[in-house]
Amino acid sequence: MCLAIPARVISLESGDMAIVALEGIKKPVSTALLEEVTVGDYVLVHVGYALHKLSEEEAERTLQLMAEAGVLAEELEEMAGTSLEGAER
Amino acid sequence: MKYITEFRDGKLARKLARAIEREADPGRRYHLMEFCGGHTHAIFRYGVQDLVPENVQFVHGPGCPVCVLPVRRLDDAVELALGHDVILTTYGDMMRVPGTKQKSLIRAKAEGADIRMVYSTQDALKIARDNPDRQVVFFAIGFETTTPPTAVAILQARHEGLTNFSVFCNHVLTPPAIAHIVNAPAEPGETPVRIDGFLGPSHVSSVIGWAPYEPAARDFQKPVVIAGFEPLDVMQSALMLIRQINEGRHEVENQYTRVVTRDGNRKAQTLVAEVMEVRDAFEWRGLGTVPESALKIRAAYETFDAESRFALTPKQSREVKSCECPAILRGVKKPTECRLFGTVCTPENPMGACMVSSEGACAAYWTYGRKRGEAVRETAA
Repeated sequence: MCLAIPARVISLESGDMAIVALEGIKKPVSTALLEEVTVGDYVLVHVGYALHKLSEEEAERTLQLMAEAGVLAEELEEMAGTSLEGAER
Repeated sequence: MKYITEFRDGKLARKLARAIEREADPGRRYHLMEFCGGHTHAIFRYGVQDLVPENVQFVHGPGCPVCVLPVRRLDDAVELALGHDVILTTYGDMMRVPGTKQKSLIRAKAEGADIRMVYSTQDALKIARDNPDRQVVFFAIGFETTTPPTAVAILQARHEGLTNFSVFCNHVLTPPAIAHIVNAPAEPGETPVRIDGFLGPSHVSSVIGWAPYEPAARDFQKPVVIAGFEPLDVMQSALMLIRQINEGRHEVENQYTRVVTRDGNRKAQTLVAEVMEVRDAFEWRGLGTVPESALKIRAAYETFDAESRFALTPKQSREVKSCECPAILRGVKKPTECRLFGTVCTPENPMGACMVSSEGACAAYWTYGRKRGEAVRETAA
């Protein structure tokens, strides 16, 4: 019910509507809930409405933080040199 | 698929799993409640529970709108469709939920009621435009995510002068439900559910922002991390919660920064506030009556309120006997502890709402988890 899918805006239509594309599927959605929207924006689509714009910058940053969480942990592991995984190798 | 595939990457998942294993204190237990059915679904579909250490447990919360709607409101919808000769429009999720005596909307439809599934409130408006001689009611359910589209439809109906469109409003609010779960006394004979932190709602928060959870985090000293719905989001959020618990903090943190901000979607909030106001109290399946936990349509928009337009009769609504849906929604029981689970209650023949909705804990267990215990036992043997 609360699921929403990120899709790209490919054209703006009259009456607060836009066409979005996701994996080759095109669908009209209402943009009545957005302050502003432009072609090329990624929006979160929920029950036929664009609910929010997605921040590309923040998406990249999250992925980077996730990677760092793992990488940092692995470095610590190497420093400690006593983990089970180390022993198996 | 951009913004989806990247957040399902297996290598990153294993790295996050190792980080969780390292930071989770083996001497502690971490009971993390994922509020949303969307999280429950991701945890099961991607086997997240099996990627984290045994002392990190996910407790499934009540964030499935279909599941928390009390049977009386569903019976009211059935009455609207059968007794008031309206065209009842509804999201597909509601169709198969059993009401009193297992009467669902789909059964009412088989009895001749004009019930139509819609994808969007825009479709419901179109049905109203196309049928000017019929009353069209939209059966609105959902959390804050799904409320703005209902508000837009009402405003649009007024703008267009549609006199045959109304809404049966059942929209509910997340922060009061979280506070209620932490604060409510346990039911007689039940051990209260232990919760050390919350994975907060993704898309609800895209609308309301993360600030509304601050009172609950502060007053009940439980950390909240707003978490995206992809498996990596869930894992990173679990790690953030574990860190807060280890450090004795109880703050609201936001993992889902690509969508959620502190203030949320102001335009959506304004549209909802124009059309709706908070009810004094509302009944939830599982949680009982929760004060100020739902919305109703304001008097100024009364003509679009199905509850004022149609006289609904009081009724003696009853859940299916032995269905453990209410206890499962409180997080005190697992679906496998229900006598009906997997025997008489399956997705093909659901006895309770938690088996109908894909966000329901029973549906998630059935689809992804029912063999899980067996596989573990076989490996151990």
